[in-house]
Amino acid sequence: MSTLVFLEHHGNELQKGSLGVLAKAQALGGDIAAVVLGSGVEALAADAGRYGASTVYVADDQKLEAPLPQPRVDAIAQLVRDKGIETVLFAQSILSADIAAALAARLEAGLNWQLVDIAAKDGQVVGKQSALGDSVLVDVGWTSTPRLALFRAGVADPVETGGSASVEKIEVAFEEHSLAAEMLEQAHEESSGPSIEDAAVIVAGGRGLGAPEGFGMIEELAKALGGAVAATRAVVDAGWYPYAAQVGQTGKNVSPGLYVACGISGAIQHKVGMQNSKTIVAINKDPNAPIFEFADFGVVGDLHQIVPKLTELVRARRG
Amino acid sequence: MKIAVCVKQVPDAAVHKRIDSGTKRLDRSGEGALNPVDANAVEEALRIKEAAGEGEVVVVSMGPEKALDSLRKALAMGADRALLVSDSAAAGSDLVATSYALAKALERESPDLVLFGQQASDSDGAVLWAAVAERLRRPMISQAAELKLEGGQITGKRQTEFGYDVIRATLPAVVAVADSINDPRYPSLKGIMGAKKKQQDVVSLADLGVEAERAGEQGSRTEVLALSDPPPRGDTQKIEDDGSGAEKIVEFLAGKRLL
Repeated sequence: MSTLVFLEHHGNELQKGSLGVLAKAQALGGDIAAVVLGSGVEALAADAGRYGASTVYVADDQKLEAPLPQPRVDAIAQLVRDKGIETVLFAQSILSADIAAALAARLEAGLNWQLVDIAAKDGQVVGKQSALGDSVLVDVGWTSTPRLALFRAGVADPVETGGSASVEKIEVAFEEHSLAAEMLEQAHEESSGPSIEDAAVIVAGGRGLGAPEGFGMIEELAKALGGAVAATRAVVDAGWYPYAAQVGQTGKNVSPGLYVACGISGAIQHKVGMQNSKTIVAINKDPNAPIFEFADFGVVGDLHQIVPKLTELVRARRG
Repeated sequence: MKIAVCVKQVPDAAVHKRIDSGTKRLDRSGEGALNPVDANAVEEALRIKEAAGEGEVVVVSMGPEKALDSLRKALAMGADRALLVSDSAAAGSDLVATSYALAKALERESPDLVLFGQQASDSDGAVLWAAVAERLRRPMISQAAELKLEGGQITGKRQTEFGYDVIRATLPAVVAVADSINDPRYPSLKGIMGAKKKQQDVVSLADLGVEAERAGEQGSRTEVLALSDPPPRGDTQKIEDDGSGAEKIVEFLAGKRLL
């Protein structure tokens, strides 16, 4: 069994989600390799050995500098063919989903997504897929190799194995259509406060706040609880709060001990970014909001009444 | 400028979605609707055509014949005609098989631009356009929150986990739009009446030259083995605020030692 894990990086950091998938890959046994694609990324490759990869393939090429999917499809397809790789695993992200899907077409390979786990039984690989709003668990398989899989964001934490990997450089031959898109500009906001990804407590606000000023009371509650502030895509798009605080499909993935959702309906795009939180508390005036289906404790009511009072009570308790 | 918009019929939001334990496929017998973000893709195509003052918008779909109901919504919004790939042999197609048949249909249309909605509400997948772009050997832009066409090139603002990327691709290209790109128009009464008279072609896999072994379960590379209930998430409690909501939250948090 030979497995390859695509390691996504941003700036000078390997993404936690893909290192988590590297930890999951160990369950398959056999050879576990990783691949890092970019420009000036050799130092990152050496890092991957500490998280369980025995070999790390690196393509260091200007054409791989921008985070565009298609040149990466060329690189991984080439690796799968040259090295006889049977399984390729990805952590769900905007970039990785595009790569995995295009790779499926290139290699005529089966792709399963929204996986929460993977295992090998008698030489057969079985994935666990959470489907239909987490109402059903589906055992999925592949009828041929290579097998491709996208893991749901945040399902596994990286595990330091203390090993070291042999780093092997590869040269990629690019297809013409893979280079027909170019990155003109990247507008990435750096967060000012502590990153929400590391926060133990998160208080998040959505459309239900009514106006950008509503974030004032969210910040107060976060301060009282010693936590960070997060926001939904809708309010970030509306300019109410900075992008760096966005949780969801096009935002951060968080798994704090406590997530307090204020005025958030709990649409799938948001849910995927926070469903791994240990305890979820929701305040929303709509009793039918989907967030109540997965919140541990939900209050149907006016957050403008409840949140300031809650802040006061928490402050009093914490002295 | 010819634009193809790929759309999908999904179970209506009001329908309780379930997987049939016999076929292990999503039960599609209930009321269907146009996948919500696909309406954004139709809207964007119409805006591009209107800005150019010329062009054609074709909606393309694959599914049972009743999917025509959802295609007619796109026609009522203003799309010019519809093409539905419908064939009992296509049932159970996974990404590999679906992208193959859809690419064949698109090759026949040979559009300058192919638009998709970012995500299907039934499968939670966000993968089809990338597989189709690869089969057509065209550049792609996903999660587009803004699009601009200029001199044979398309520029899109892609939403990512880290902020925005601005990506330019040469036409013909494939683009998946995010729902933040626009607000889809409501079909007018005139549009709804007119939709029935617009051209609606239903083609089979054979019509497109798709070999039988490349469609349906035979042409798929993934399979569903078993279904089970998810592990219980523990108790979920929901209370109505009677003025003591904040106190109740504090009690709950204290009980969990979170304060």
